[in-house]
Amino acid sequence: MKVLVAMSGGVDSSVAAAELKAAGHEVVGVTMRLWGGESDTGCCSVSDVDDARRVAQQLNIDHLVFNFSDDFDKHVVAPYVQAHVDGITPNPCIECNRHLKFDRLSERARLLGFDAVATGHHARVERDDEGTFRLTRGADDAKDQSYVVHMLDQAELAYTMFPVGHLTKAQVRERAIELGLRTATKPDSQDVCFISKSGGRETFLGNRIPFRKAEVVNEDGTPAGKVEALELVTIGQRKGLGIPGGGPKQYVVEVDTPNARVVIGEEASLYRKSLVVNSIVWSDAADIDRLRSQNDVLVQSSAHGAAIPATVEILGNQEIRVLWAKPQRAIAPGQSVVLYNTTNSYVLAGGIACPDSEKVSLQ
Amino acid sequence: MGTYLDHAASTPMRAEAIEAMTPYLDHMYANPSGSHRFAREARKALDEARDLVAETLGCKPGEVVFTSGGTEGDNHAILGAVRRLGGVAVCPAAEHHAVLHCVEHVNGVVVRVNNVGTVDLEDLQRVLETATEEQPITVVSVMAVNNEVGSITPMRDVARIVRKYAPNAILHTDAVQAACWVDLREITPLVDALSLSAHKFGGPKGVGVTVIKTGKNLEPLIFGGGQERDRRSGTHNVSGIIATAKALEVTDKTRAEESVRVTKLRDRLVDEIRAQVDGVLETVPREHRVPGVAHICFSGLENEALLFLLDQADVYASAASACASGAMEPSHVLEAMGVERSWSNGALRLSLGHTTTDAEIDLAVSAIVSAVNQLRR
Repeated sequence: MKVLVAMSGGVDSSVAAAELKAAGHEVVGVTMRLWGGESDTGCCSVSDVDDARRVAQQLNIDHLVFNFSDDFDKHVVAPYVQAHVDGITPNPCIECNRHLKFDRLSERARLLGFDAVATGHHARVERDDEGTFRLTRGADDAKDQSYVVHMLDQAELAYTMFPVGHLTKAQVRERAIELGLRTATKPDSQDVCFISKSGGRETFLGNRIPFRKAEVVNEDGTPAGKVEALELVTIGQRKGLGIPGGGPKQYVVEVDTPNARVVIGEEASLYRKSLVVNSIVWSDAADIDRLRSQNDVLVQSSAHGAAIPATVEILGNQEIRVLWAKPQRAIAPGQSVVLYNTTNSYVLAGGIACPDSEKVSLQ
Repeated sequence: MGTYLDHAASTPMRAEAIEAMTPYLDHMYANPSGSHRFAREARKALDEARDLVAETLGCKPGEVVFTSGGTEGDNHAILGAVRRLGGVAVCPAAEHHAVLHCVEHVNGVVVRVNNVGTVDLEDLQRVLETATEEQPITVVSVMAVNNEVGSITPMRDVARIVRKYAPNAILHTDAVQAACWVDLREITPLVDALSLSAHKFGGPKGVGVTVIKTGKNLEPLIFGGGQERDRRSGTHNVSGIIATAKALEVTDKTRAEESVRVTKLRDRLVDEIRAQVDGVLETVPREHRVPGVAHICFSGLENEALLFLLDQADVYASAASACASGAMEPSHVLEAMGVERSWSNGALRLSLGHTTTDAEIDLAVSAIVSAVNQLRR
């Protein structure tokens, strides 16, 4: 097959390219240039492009650079900034996967005559007995990334390859060392690529939006403190709220953006019985009907969080309510919520957490 | 080796130049600044090269400074003028980044360009007229031929305006893309400084020529042993300079004939593409362009995708300038010319040179037509 492999300059995508080549595919590597601004973290810097190109040379495959920075601004950076204005906690890496890797890039790849797009994500695409593609967790439990690529539907799954999904991270590094690739010992990228380590989120947002001062109040409405930037406050947060120490630990239990108010309370106030999730993408649309009759699922709401037992209620083709088996801490609106099957092996669907979750006790 | 239509990026070395330089890569290795017979032989070759370059450019040998290339020449003219004289640097918006980024670096003024990509003469006059005694304009840099779209600047008009409205300013021209197609003896007398890059006319990479007219003082960029009359220190790149002089001589002697031959090839290339696909814009009318450049925009496609398919078909072309990562950047030249993004996204530069053949044009036409059809299907 003719495969276009996205090479970030990291070890996983380097080995992904090597695996494809070893399997006899016709492979072309591509590095996407996404962020034109200043940054000292993450992928896509000039030195990462250098690494990707050098690995491609070592593997004797062609390497290209595609400039998708306009799309990245439009689909990732601008919504990231707007989400903070709206009091939502976005996940830009997931939006980058959704709009850049598995939309813009795969569209370009189809146009150029490639049979598939590959990335270095730790996940697998498997086909069940009925011929349905299943986005399955990677072989390395600790490194599984099925959560961040959950938005792939049947058409995209059929066009996607994850050549390192069957390997552990240690095996990936071993392969890279065997092949003498310069990315073999490169550390994993952890951070949002367009946010610099030195300035952080505060500097990035501060250069783009005015921060609103906000009052911090107790659940009964009595004043408790002040914050300088409402936009930087997230549900569940404990630090930086300008409240004195001592007494029971206090958490942000509500961010009231319209009224510029942050409500704090004890941990118990964070728990919710349910959660509404919208913008759902179904891995296989046939699962909507299956879940109407057999509605047990496991739900994961952060990249490396546990999958929690719950049932789902279908509210619409793109909206569901998650009913937790046991009350769970509130999920910040804007976070991605992904449903797995009951054996926790493959993705059923994923979407975005809504603000209207039901509190455990409303006295 | 495929169909090479990227001569404006770099053109193959002239065989005569390779032959001329080879002894100086081999047994003629002395440093020409030395004081022995062996060094004097290298010095003689260097001085002959300088005479040859001066003759081809229409200047005095003492006005020729050998550099590392066009970028150094552009930097030297702009930074050297501002560091020596203070004041303000001026250039048009469609200059090569080697000029534009220098002018921006010293907080200079950028002048508008017209829809063919050459300096807007009225805007140039307006900017020059706004200079004050405290902030005089000390250097004006205007490219002779645009590297992306190939348009030819009327340097006589530029010189007239600069001499009238900023009589004390240094007038520099980046003539890097002019050398193959324009008799430089017509340009050199109009300006105070002129920069060339050897690998654009069949010389080696890493060598350039900057003409600095007698009495025009620029602060050096590089200090050291005082070579090139203190204007550019550093041991001479003897073999490179000899090859450069030879390449320039051959280019000069064959220019008239080559211009006719290449113009025919280029026009056929564009005409045949336009006959077979719709939605093609010829960015600059032919009468404003040098023979070697065909710049066309295709509607409804992206040039990154087009270049990939051409590459797969062994046709080597380019679009706008690439950034350090190798990614295509939106063209500042087309933006300055006012070309709409729907066109400029599909911009393609096909540049021809001394090795271009009829057979290459045939291959290029068929590859381009088939790639455009694939991307638009």
